[in-house]
Amino acid sequence: MALDKNQIAKRIAKELKHNYYVNLGIGIPTLVANYIPEGIDVEFQSENGILGMGPFPFEGDEDADLINAGKQTITTLPGASFFDSAFSFGMIRGQHVDLTILGAMEVAENGDIANWKIPGKMVKGMGGAMDLVASAENIIVAMMHVNKAGESKILKKCTLPLTGVGCVKKVVTELAVLEVTPHGFKLLERAPGVTVEHIIASTEADLIIEGDIPEMVMD
Amino acid sequence: MINKKVNNVQDALQGIENGMTIMLGGFGLCGIPENSIAELVKKATKDLTCISNNAGVDDFGLGLLLQKRQVKKMISSYVGENAEFERQMLSGELEVDLIPQGTLAERCRAAQAGIPAFFTPAGYGTEVAEGKEVREFNGKMHVMEHAFNADFAIVKAWKGDEAGNLVFKGTARNFNPCMAGAAKITIAEVEELLPAGSLDPNEIHIPGILVNRIFQGEKYEKRIEQRTVRAKN
Repeated sequence: MALDKNQIAKRIAKELKHNYYVNLGIGIPTLVANYIPEGIDVEFQSENGILGMGPFPFEGDEDADLINAGKQTITTLPGASFFDSAFSFGMIRGQHVDLTILGAMEVAENGDIANWKIPGKMVKGMGGAMDLVASAENIIVAMMHVNKAGESKILKKCTLPLTGVGCVKKVVTELAVLEVTPHGFKLLERAPGVTVEHIIASTEADLIIEGDIPEMVMD
Repeated sequence: MINKKVNNVQDALQGIENGMTIMLGGFGLCGIPENSIAELVKKATKDLTCISNNAGVDDFGLGLLLQKRQVKKMISSYVGENAEFERQMLSGELEVDLIPQGTLAERCRAAQAGIPAFFTPAGYGTEVAEGKEVREFNGKMHVMEHAFNADFAIVKAWKGDEAGNLVFKGTARNFNPCMAGAAKITIAEVEELLPAGSLDPNEIHIPGILVNRIFQGEKYEKRIEQRTVRAKN
């Protein structure tokens, strides 16, 4: 069975390590905060100027002056701090943030990522994504393996305008966990019940497959 | 004490003319100079170039200026929540310069700090870097970006004093401190304007030297763009 969005987030949460500072993008990445493994302390950074971001507020406790980069109302946790946008991207460019998790429209086997524009159709802007992908040492992409038409978004070469070049390290989709190596995508894990053949058929890029590919452990 | 206080938004916005370049603080609708935007709509100032991270929503924030076609060009990083913006941009009525958010912030800060240009890795290898000088530092490619050159910066703070000192609240801080002093004239609107000496000098985020005019906004709607809550159980 292919994973749903919450399960993708849950699988990515297993990549969190103790004492990591983590930046979560909009969409599936935001859900990762719900699945922090037990015994692991992490602090979430949101690029609009907060470290130590907490969960959504209880109804009635919303504060217009307290939002995340997705413009959602949030709370702070003990130890939280606020700072301005230039400072925020200073800590991102300065590689003080350990892990960036973001969404994508396409990724390529050389680690290129596209997620901000479809020429002539949709332009939302890159927001902080270009700064994040150009700066972060460790980038995990959360995305769907294929689009609604069933076409692969895991490509030999991106077709959409790029957000960053050669930066993606790992991709988690509803079907698989892929690592970006100097030789292309390596298949690390498959979703429970999903066959290697199904993943190959859903992937435009070539896959490096070594030995038996284990199923993701979801609990 | 050098007194920066002006009596109202009309006095604060004196000198803003058609065709000028204006920086406006805020992230989404959080920490935007609501009173100044409302006054710009009233003044019907046209052909503005606006430097602001976002473009508001259809009926609030900078969206109000877009509705009245007062904006010639937007310089932003993310404009996803505004249908009228997207329509004007795709039809070519509105000039748009989309730039990475960290680069946007740093181009403000550079203008504030007297740094004409800087190198950043953001955007290297993408269309953002087209036509720009690129250079390798420590084995990594970087793009040269320039400081902004704006006529006015309009920022919003939580508290301020008559000396122009500013204190921000929560994530309403965002671009506001970076834009203060980053244009020829900086206007600060605050929720609460206090006499000099009322704010603890240890807790001031932006010193008054970066602010030319300060006033207390008449009212703040502080609209929430994405009200997200969890259930009590």
